[in-house]
Order: sequence, then C-alpha cells, then structure tokens
Amino acid sequence: MNNGQLREWYPFISPYDPCPPVRVKTYVVPPNQYIVFQPSNLPQFPLDEALFRGTLWPALYSNYQPGTGN
Amino acid sequence: MWVYEKKLQYPVKVSKCDTRMAKFLTEQYGGADGELSAALRYLNQRYTIPDRVIGLLTDIGTEEFAHLEMIATMVYKLTKDANAHQMMTAGLGAHYANHDKALYYNNAEGVPWTASYIQAKGDPLADLYEDIAAEEKARATYQWLIDMTDDVDLQDSLKFLREREIIHALRFREAVEIIKADREQKKVY
Amino acid sequence: MDEQPLQEDRPTGSAQPASANFETYRRELEQLQKIDFVLYELTLYLDTHPTDMQAIQQYNQLTQSRKSMAQAFELKFGPLMAYGQSFTRYPWQWIQTPWPWQV
Repeated sequence: MNNGQLREWYPFISPYDPCPPVRVKTYVVPPNQYIVFQPSNLPQFPLDEALFRGTLWPALYSNYQPGTGN
Repeated sequence: MWVYEKKLQYPVKVSKCDTRMAKFLTEQYGGADGELSAALRYLNQRYTIPDRVIGLLTDIGTEEFAHLEMIATMVYKLTKDANAHQMMTAGLGAHYANHDKALYYNNAEGVPWTASYIQAKGDPLADLYEDIAAEEKARATYQWLIDMTDDVDLQDSLKFLREREIIHALRFREAVEIIKADREQKKVY
Repeated sequence: MDEQPLQEDRPTGSAQPASANFETYRRELEQLQKIDFVLYELTLYLDTHPTDMQAIQQYNQLTQSRKSMAQAFELKFGPLMAYGQSFTRYPWQWIQTPWPWQV
C-alpha cells in the first residue's frame, strides 16, 4: 500500500517514564529520496485520476495514512 | 507578470464544521514553512538563479500561491459562519478580537509572518537546498495536519498538498543536478 | 436581520445558480481542474526535462483539448480570466459570484 515508504524505529523506554510508552515510532521516506532525476516515459495515472493523487506518476505517489508519520 | 484564474487548483471540500482546524491550518497560511513563505521564497530567488532554472522557480512559486488560496478556502469555509463564541471555543478568540473572521498572515500560534522565514543567498546550491528543505518541512506539516482531522474531505485536500511538496522537492533536486552539470561544462550562468 | 441587500450585492444574471446548475458548474469545473492539473505537472516536468519529445507532444495535445474545454465552460458559466484572456457578456461577468473559495 505504501510501497515500502514506511520506516519503524523503537525508542528507548525507561522504567521511570510517567506515561504509557510509545514502543514503535514510524516515519515516511517518500519516493523523491530515491529518484534524483525523474526518468522519461514513466507510466502515468489515468488523466482523470491524476488530480486526486496529486501527481501524474504512480512512481512518485506517496500514500499517507493518518498517524503514520509519527 | 501574474494573471489570475478564477478557479482553485484542487476542489477543496470541507465536510465537518470543526472550526478548531482553522487555527491549525493557518500554520500553512502564514507560518514559517507555509505556502506564503514558499511562494515568496522561490519567486524572489529566481532573479539571481542561473537562467536554466528560472522557469522552474517561477512555476513552482506560482503554484504555491494557488496552494495558499486552497488553505485560505479551508479556513474561510470553517470560520465564515462562526459567531464570536464559536470562534472563542475554537481557540480563535484572540484572532477574532483583532480580525473578526478575516484571515491574516500568521502561524497557528498567532505569530505574524516575517521575511525572516525565507532566505536568498545568491548562491544557486544554497538557494536550492533551502528550497528542498522547505518542501520537506511543508510535507511534514501536512502530515501533522492530516493526523489532526478526521474529516475525510479535508484530508483529501491536505494529502494533495502533501504530494505536491514531494514533487516540488524532486524538481528542486533535479535543478541541483542541472546546476552541477553547468559547472562541469564551465558554462557562464 | 431583515434588511434588503444593496443593489450591488444582489446577484446578477446567472451569478447565483440554482442548486442543479451549481452541481453542473462544480462538476464541469472539476473536469477542467483535472486537465489543468496534468498540464501543470507536465509544465514542471518539462522545466527540468526540456528535451523530452513525448512529454512535449502530450503537453501540446492536452493544451489543445484544454482550450476547447475551457471555451465551452466559459460560454456556459462566464469568464475564467479577465485582462483580455477571456470574453465577457453584459454586464461585466468577471465580478460575479461564486469566487473559488466560495464554491
């Protein structure tokens, strides 16, 4: 769904932390990190769909699920 | 020069009357990493950036004004029908006391916009790296705003804006490559 | 409050569409937004890929379609631009509602 754009890490948890600990934190690494220069002829979304995706090219699309950036 | 088209870039819909979101959305209106900063930053840098990259800065800068208008639309829709008490409950009491329902260029905490939010070093790489960083910061801010609302329609617009930041960052990286290539070929800017 | 709105504020002509007309307006505006978005994406892409022939062809083809789409839209709903970029009927249509943030 997110094509491997999600990363997880596990923060240190102290036994003295006052609040229930967050054990897994996530962040997003969007496609622009891997593509330095967009190659030509990448497949495109149907023209009707591009607006709602925010981009013309699926390779550059990053789906964001609320709560996953943190 | 600029010419205005009477339509939003994206059909903004707000389905939930959650006026509290208006306060937070303002972060992208008059905040440090918001759309006004982006527009003014890029449009200002383009006077001294190498010729090959002026088009990109002009076009992204112009698109940012379209995004500024989208944020204004969201805030407008969420506040236009609120009375004084509803504004206060939404955390916008201080804003209302000064501005009524008028929008204003400040961040979510009410700090007014300042040119200190933008830079123009005159060096193409410094300028472009500032632009890339700005896009990534805006992308992150949209993530937090999406997290804060359960209005699916509002989320759609915010997800659109977030994706645009990703594309812009990519274009600025490409501009860096173009600048680097110019140096190797010893062209005069 | 029961005051009569000022004459200047009263919607003129087709400015205040009935509900069904407003839905048509919104739908056709969205069609234009879809094609304009692709054109904006291609513009940014071509700014950094000026020699991509395929993209240039796509851009020109879509620009052609866009022009006729926009013309049809404007005939129905009034000008999208002022400053000589669009035509107008009488009275001056540019100042009529809705403005984009009101839609």
